[in-house]
Amino acid sequence: MQITSTKEGDFYIIKIYGDVDVSSSLTLDKNIQKAMNEGEKYILIEGTNLNYISSAGLGVFMSYLQDFKDNKIYFSIYALNEKVKDVFQILGLDQLISIVETSEEAKENAYK
Amino acid sequence: MLHLYKASCTRDNLKLIRQFVQAVLHDFKFQFSEIEINQLILAVDEVCSNLIIYSHQCNPAESIEVRIHDLNEKVLFEIIDRSTDQFNIKDYQEPDLQNIISERRKGGLGLMLVNRIMDSVEVIYSNKENTWQLSKNKSKKSNK
Repeated sequence: MQITSTKEGDFYIIKIYGDVDVSSSLTLDKNIQKAMNEGEKYILIEGTNLNYISSAGLGVFMSYLQDFKDNKIYFSIYALNEKVKDVFQILGLDQLISIVETSEEAKENAYK
Repeated sequence: MLHLYKASCTRDNLKLIRQFVQAVLHDFKFQFSEIEINQLILAVDEVCSNLIIYSHQCNPAESIEVRIHDLNEKVLFEIIDRSTDQFNIKDYQEPDLQNIISERRKGGLGLMLVNRIMDSVEVIYSNKENTWQLSKNKSKKSNK
């Protein structure tokens, strides 16, 4: 798995490439933690090239939801393929985490 | 038909186990959709991750075995773990998602996924072996 992070205006965008499993989830965790430490208020995950996610990856996102809420941080995931989106849906996590189709949608929703 | 893969208990081998399950399920031709295949790979990955990390502490001298049985009505995955700890699945209680969020927990979702994906999950303890038996009916078109 590889991760890149970029800043586009207000948005801190983390792009994930490959598989997020129990081995690689730590890297994802560190990237989100870094964004939090730097005081980012709009964090987006781009999943176009995210091929696979296990519970370890889901757990990373879940572990930050309370901090996002407490610190009024906007968080959204976009451009997931159908297989990966399905994994979020199995446990109903798509009802707890904002998951949208495009970056435009994710950015527009941030200001609503 | 039986397909078998034996892997030493390292984190890196989890990807190889996933590739093995994917290759076997693709050979089943048209019996599962791509989304269902991904779910089945995920369920096996979750069980194997738990065993490799928690039962075997990623000790490469130890191993687990994954067997896939192509039966008439269903596919049966057996994951054989030769640790001496008996796992009683009847004692398992599903965590509450709201508690996971408020406690900022990263763990607790793996077995939930396995239970949601599979039609049955059993763990049989015999001769100091835990055998996880995960089965999925082939005729089931919709997600569980």
